[in-house]
Amino acid sequence: MTAVSPTAAPAPRADLPAGGAAGAAARPAGVRRKWTEHGLVFVTPFLLIYALFLLWPLVYGAGMSLTSQNITGTGAEFTGLDNYAEAVRDPAMWSSLWNTVWFTVLSTVPLVIIGLVLALLAHQLRVVQWLWRISWFAPFMLPSSVVCLLFAQMIFPSGFGFADQLLAEFGLEPGIGWLTDARYAMLSVVLTTVWWTVGFNFLLYLAALQSIPQHLYEAAELDGASAWKRLWHITLPMLRRTTGLVLVLQVLASLKIFDQVYLMTGGGPDDSTRPVLQYVYQQGFTGYRIGYASAVSYIFFALILLVSLVQPWLARRKEDSK
Amino acid sequence: MNPPLPSRRRALAGGLGALAAAGTLGPFAAGCSAPAASASGAARLRFWHLFSGGDGVNLAKMLDAFGADHPDIDLEAVTLQWGAPYYTKLGMAGVGGRAPELAALHLARLPGFGPGTLLDPFDLDLLAEHGVTEKDFPPDIWRRGRVGGKQYAIPLDTHPMVLYFQTEICEKAGLLKDGKLAPIRGAEEFTEVLRRVKQATGRPALVTETLGAESVGGWRLFSTFYSQTGGKVLSADGKRLVIDDAKALRVLEWMASMTAEGLWVRRVDALGAVGVFNLGKTGFLLGGEWEVTTFKTNKVPFSMTRIPDLFGRPTAQADCHSFVLPHQDDRGGAPNEAAHTLVAWMLKHSVDWAAGGHVPAYLPVLDDPAYLKLDPQSEYRSVLEDVELDAPAWFNGSASRMWIELGDVFSGVLTGSRTPRSALAEARERIRGFLDTPNPLPGAAS
Repeated sequence: MTAVSPTAAPAPRADLPAGGAAGAAARPAGVRRKWTEHGLVFVTPFLLIYALFLLWPLVYGAGMSLTSQNITGTGAEFTGLDNYAEAVRDPAMWSSLWNTVWFTVLSTVPLVIIGLVLALLAHQLRVVQWLWRISWFAPFMLPSSVVCLLFAQMIFPSGFGFADQLLAEFGLEPGIGWLTDARYAMLSVVLTTVWWTVGFNFLLYLAALQSIPQHLYEAAELDGASAWKRLWHITLPMLRRTTGLVLVLQVLASLKIFDQVYLMTGGGPDDSTRPVLQYVYQQGFTGYRIGYASAVSYIFFALILLVSLVQPWLARRKEDSK
Repeated sequence: MNPPLPSRRRALAGGLGALAAAGTLGPFAAGCSAPAASASGAARLRFWHLFSGGDGVNLAKMLDAFGADHPDIDLEAVTLQWGAPYYTKLGMAGVGGRAPELAALHLARLPGFGPGTLLDPFDLDLLAEHGVTEKDFPPDIWRRGRVGGKQYAIPLDTHPMVLYFQTEICEKAGLLKDGKLAPIRGAEEFTEVLRRVKQATGRPALVTETLGAESVGGWRLFSTFYSQTGGKVLSADGKRLVIDDAKALRVLEWMASMTAEGLWVRRVDALGAVGVFNLGKTGFLLGGEWEVTTFKTNKVPFSMTRIPDLFGRPTAQADCHSFVLPHQDDRGGAPNEAAHTLVAWMLKHSVDWAAGGHVPAYLPVLDDPAYLKLDPQSEYRSVLEDVELDAPAWFNGSASRMWIELGDVFSGVLTGSRTPRSALAEARERIRGFLDTPNPLPGAAS
């Protein structure tokens, strides 16, 4: 938000007391209201919930990561940064963190590109647009457990799954261990995720497309710009902000990968798909080491924080350099 | 007249029926005749367990019978999902002060489960009143339930890995004598047998769990065959890594060769393995004996036997189901006595339990004609002398971190994503990691 700079100073209104804070320059009243206790009353319920369910757990979790607390909440001794030191030396922590990052890279690119392509298609295809919208967005409305069971039990089973049948149609050798071979398991999870969630990005892009003013295209057409040129010089630049948003949302969503892996491969084969959140779960809930699990969570939290801070900064630099 | 009590949690009911001995007779109860099995007048007994499938059906029948015999006990059985989630819940229940009176626990999990803090000891005198004493159990298994001179777990059974064989296929391959599998000695001979079956069927001869989510098959197989070489993973006190590389490699290389040669199905999870055998596609299944109900129900032509001695000793990996008393701040009175009553009753009726494949730990049952009549469930009972339980360490036992982690590593050997050498190095690394980590739960033995 930039400060409001009134082009024409409005006449001071006599019915309002001038100025609020002591010594404040007389602002054009009515443009900026000072913070009133009324506002506070309205946001209090939200602030309370926010503090109770987000801020307090954040602080509490950070505290736990400095102790040897177990799942029963007893036996917590202050251990300082020992948990962090152990996590940094723990190869399983690094490999699970890498799996999370790798999944994010593999899934974000197709999810953004396919989402955009589908939106362009739906936007161009003026006929039965509602059908495209529904069919491309529908998978997103399914719960993850349904999607994962569907893919694990019907699409990916070796030999008789839909995926293998499809390969056999093309004369390729079926019998690939889609979920059971370390070379393909992560790709299969990515495929599942793309099918399931691409509808969300598609919808964001479609909304953005519909808000591009029509007169730009009309002007370009008068100047004899081809459809390709219109896409390249009008549509894509106008979608830049949306792409930024889609990218951030997608990266954050992909980093949180847990359920698909847990339901489809259990982190296997041989830990090749285990994401960091599953490692946290295993350390905390299977291994009872809540303190250590918290430390790993906070290392992951730092990574997410980094991503969410770097992205807007990058976007700003791009815009400034223009 | 007394008004009916609104709360079932009052131990007033202790004055009723068979439990009058130590019940706290409230002033109200005097002169009151025992009502027939009214919930408000019975001792509350909550029992948590992880038995589903065939075991679950058997247990439900047994508990119904128990309920009919004991109108003075209000039994609430809760079935929870097998595995890590069960132990998470059980551990946290005790902390929340809402622990059940009685629970099932895998015996090898005991050292890591806070005996003395999360678990209360049994009252052996009370059990003796019900006719259950130490001499009724195999000494080794009974000892595994002892920590610091107190008995925290009472074993119900032992459940080893066994060998299932499909009688029609084995007959065709000429492996049967009088309906029984001809004795097999040594890994070479067993490999030869598998080749013959493969020739007869044109398919892999044996199926066993090689992968899956939180798969523990890899660990069970390794533990079985490695223990046959006489090797140990941990020292007897569970504090040192004593794995014998040469022996472990020999076993891992043999396991790898089985799937590489196509004698074992290469990629299949636990449910899939049962499904493959159930369809009669393979001659053999290496698995836990608890699948017996499934195959009997589906009329598969099969029988069971002990896993043959391939590497020098006829041992098999096993764990035991046992009873424990989750910690309650105010344990005692009628509910606690009801828990002891149920334990003793279950042991004495473990013939019914053995129908699910488990070998009863309560020795008097082993000579019971009703047990000996169980076919094929009593075929492999001699394994009781040769079961290999995990060494007592906090990270050991069914569905423990170690099972799951090493299950993953050894799964790689079977599916070909790891060499035996790299699997051994990785297994050593992970066990060292566990040994370097102090037991997260307090008050445990090691």
